[in-house]
Amino acid sequence: MALSWYLVVSALIFSIGAGGVLVRRNPLVILLCLELMLNAANLALIAFARMHGNADGQIFALIVLVVAACEVTVGLGLIVAIFRRRLPIDVDELRELQG
Amino acid sequence: MSPTTYGWLVLAFPLAGAIVNGLFYKRLGRGAAGWIATTAIGAAFISALGALVRLQHHAPDHRQLVSSLWDYAVTGDVDAKLSILVDPLSVYMILVVTGVSTLIHLYSVTYLKGDRGYARYFAYLNFFVFSMLVLVLAGNFLLLIVGWAFVGAASYLLISFWYRRETATKAGIKAFVINVVGDVGLVLGTFFILRHSGTLDFLATFKAVDGGAFATHHGALVAGCLLLLVGAFAKSAQIPLHTWLPDAMEGPTPVSALIHAATMVTAGVYLIARMHPLFEHASAAADVGAVVGCATLLVAGTIGLVMTDIKRVIAYSTMSQIGYMIMAVSAGGYAAGLFHLMTHAFFKALLFMAAGSLIGAMAGAQSLERMSGFRRSMPFTFGCFVVGGLALSGVPPFSGFFSKDEILAWVGGRGGWFVALYVVGYVGAFLTAVYTWRMIFRAFFGDPCPEARELERGHLAHAEVHTNPATGEEEDTDVGFPGPEHFIAERAAPMKIAMSVLAVLATVGGLIQVPHVDHVVTTFLEPTFADSKYAGVEPSNSLVNFGLVLGTVVALAGIALAYRIWVSRPGSAAAWQERFAPAYRLFASKWWFDELIDVAVVRPFAAFGTFAQRTFERVFVEGVLVDGTTSVVRAGSAAVRALQTGFLRYYAALLLLGGAAVILYFLIASS
Amino acid sequence: MSSVVFFIAAIGAIAGAIGVVALRNPFYSVLALVGHLLSLAALFLLLRAEFIAAAQVVVYAGAVMVLYLFVVSYIGGGTQALTPGGNGLRAVAAGAVGALFVELAIAVLGSGLEAISGDGAPYVPGFGSPEALGSALLTKFLFPFEVASLLLLVAAIGAVTLARRRQGVTLGDEPEDAARYLTPRALFTGTMAEGVGIVRGPNLEEREPQVKR
Repeated sequence: MALSWYLVVSALIFSIGAGGVLVRRNPLVILLCLELMLNAANLALIAFARMHGNADGQIFALIVLVVAACEVTVGLGLIVAIFRRRLPIDVDELRELQG
Repeated sequence: MSPTTYGWLVLAFPLAGAIVNGLFYKRLGRGAAGWIATTAIGAAFISALGALVRLQHHAPDHRQLVSSLWDYAVTGDVDAKLSILVDPLSVYMILVVTGVSTLIHLYSVTYLKGDRGYARYFAYLNFFVFSMLVLVLAGNFLLLIVGWAFVGAASYLLISFWYRRETATKAGIKAFVINVVGDVGLVLGTFFILRHSGTLDFLATFKAVDGGAFATHHGALVAGCLLLLVGAFAKSAQIPLHTWLPDAMEGPTPVSALIHAATMVTAGVYLIARMHPLFEHASAAADVGAVVGCATLLVAGTIGLVMTDIKRVIAYSTMSQIGYMIMAVSAGGYAAGLFHLMTHAFFKALLFMAAGSLIGAMAGAQSLERMSGFRRSMPFTFGCFVVGGLALSGVPPFSGFFSKDEILAWVGGRGGWFVALYVVGYVGAFLTAVYTWRMIFRAFFGDPCPEARELERGHLAHAEVHTNPATGEEEDTDVGFPGPEHFIAERAAPMKIAMSVLAVLATVGGLIQVPHVDHVVTTFLEPTFADSKYAGVEPSNSLVNFGLVLGTVVALAGIALAYRIWVSRPGSAAAWQERFAPAYRLFASKWWFDELIDVAVVRPFAAFGTFAQRTFERVFVEGVLVDGTTSVVRAGSAAVRALQTGFLRYYAALLLLGGAAVILYFLIASS
Repeated sequence: MSSVVFFIAAIGAIAGAIGVVALRNPFYSVLALVGHLLSLAALFLLLRAEFIAAAQVVVYAGAVMVLYLFVVSYIGGGTQALTPGGNGLRAVAAGAVGALFVELAIAVLGSGLEAISGDGAPYVPGFGSPEALGSALLTKFLFPFEVASLLLLVAAIGAVTLARRRQGVTLGDEPEDAARYLTPRALFTGTMAEGVGIVRGPNLEEREPQVKR
């Protein structure tokens, strides 16, 4: 398949992930949608790596993988801490940082 | 040491005295402040003598010496330096100022004993003498203005010396405000002159004016001189800026003697004499000065006839005599005017000192209506009053006679419409004699009043309850009010010494400038006035002789009239008052100048101030500008605050929308 | 053959993505994501990046998603409705997302890049092998490699810090020293929301949130 197909799929997945971030209220699910977006980026990176024929894009995708793992760790730790504080797990309720 | 070094010393001693008294008064012993101050001024007087001696060693056309100590700002059009000018005129003035000041300091050492503000008084007095010396020694307009302002400040400080007395503080403020009007005139006048002369220095300005710098700007010169006259009138209490001088009598009597008789009020005379090249080129301004001086001497003389407070009688007398001096120097009789300045300093200070002694005998009361018959109990004071009164009235051979007649002879010799001023001058001399001897006859002749009788028995009267002499309010004797003791000259050696010296000077001081015999003053002052167009001009001999005779006749007639009304026919004063009731009302209300100024100036300004505060400040500045700005800012920040809802998803949506917009832009831009 | 696999994997990925967004129960969302990840791994394989595909399955689907499952179990389902409060946002989301996809598609397809219209560069054996990646990591990309390890360390420390028990406010116990943090506070020491008056602070006396001049 032509590489452009992969890129279109990547764009589609990215958009779906962005829509999920906007629409869902559970922070866990929002994090999941964030993962969706990161994976879409990964797909695009691998496609471009294939286009060039060297390993640069793959290394990039590997590092993105690492970053996603770290971010998930810290994000989940936050959500656990919120849960422990008995605050509602709902981003619409957690809005103290306002003007 | 050169004359200018002596000049700086003259300035340094009073300043040092003021600083020592002002800063270290707690460490000085009781009464030391007075002697320190007197010594300081005495040292200044000796330095002034030194300056005089050294100056006379120079050749006559090299007697105008400038010494500059510091350059403040010397740029394109402005040369502001700390420079003094030592020339015959300034040496003359500093001799008069320091000499009379030394005697008055000596007098005050006893007069203010027991007052809680003793050291403060002498610090202020030294500061005043320093300021006056700065004024007369100034070599450029800058230092003149500085000295002018300082003198006004010192006057304020000393008038409201007894600061817990409300009448005194009000009088101090009145004097200061009117002085400030004069200051504005002085500074604006300086500006007008500076614009075309290009220099602040006196000698350079005079050279520029004589060289024709104002040939095409005559209007500016006249305007500048008129503004300088405004300053002179305010300082010398001429109409219409004279209303502060009678109120200034709230200060202690030595203050009245020094500031409001001998020195500060003569600053206007000095100013016109110093600026004579300018005034000679702007003859319109000089004429205005002569007319105002003449009007003042007449008006003040009439008011002096009806005043009952003894100090105010002498104050109006001062105003009148300054009017003579202003008239003289405006008309070109510089030596005459300055000679009268010197003799007036002698006899007026003497009169004030004697009045202080009399007030001490009356335990603080100042009203003529309560005084009578002190002749036997206070012979020395009476003698001083007689000497001063004869000099003031212009009876030969006392000093006032020669100086006043020289002025009038000069004015008459100018011819033209100046003859009217000449006539008014003699009318004024008649009035002078009348009101002076009215005061003396009322206070010393007739039946002794209770205080006089006590004094005859050897007991100086003391007030049970101290009161304000003007309003009768009760006071205590703590700081801010006069001290509990009163002193009279007969019992206080310093007062006696000071008054004796002045009495001698008032008697023989005139003999240095007797017509046809000698003219020490004119010769001495010649180097300063050599560039005047009246140099060498003298009134005709016949006019001089006629004036001498007329002056004597007028003075003796005035004394005789006063004797008739107040001594030989008691009770006729009331009859005269009834006969001339409208005139009496006019004089007693001081020609309604206070009311006029109140209506014309004070009320509009007060109304404007109220309007500014209530309407403009509150509604516009606070309401519109300040509150308006804050409400605009608050509304703006409220609008911005609405963006920060705290909803995470809104933020994400904004981010996404923004990102989409940027990508759209790039898509369009690249296609 | 490869096109068929491509389509199957692509549809799997998209379905998984839609599942993550649309499913109510977060547990099911996690499972949908796992499916999505596996489809993505297939796509990577089609692109000849075998190591990345393996890493994706092992690390991502295997470790990270398991962690996710733990947390979801701990916190609970929490099925919530999409609405209320999200109505207006749904329209905006649809609009923004649609716009984004269209723009990206135009960017990709309309750019006319020759390079992506084909299969890419000629295949070099060892393209996606561990050796190629490893040598690149240790030579050309050494610095990012080290920084990534540092990042992992930081994340681990962060997770531990976030999860530890703090003194005072923790799970379960209604603190006896609630007085320490529930006392009425002095002026201007509350949160911004309390200060402005939108939220009432704890235990404050009945005091109207004031806005002073």
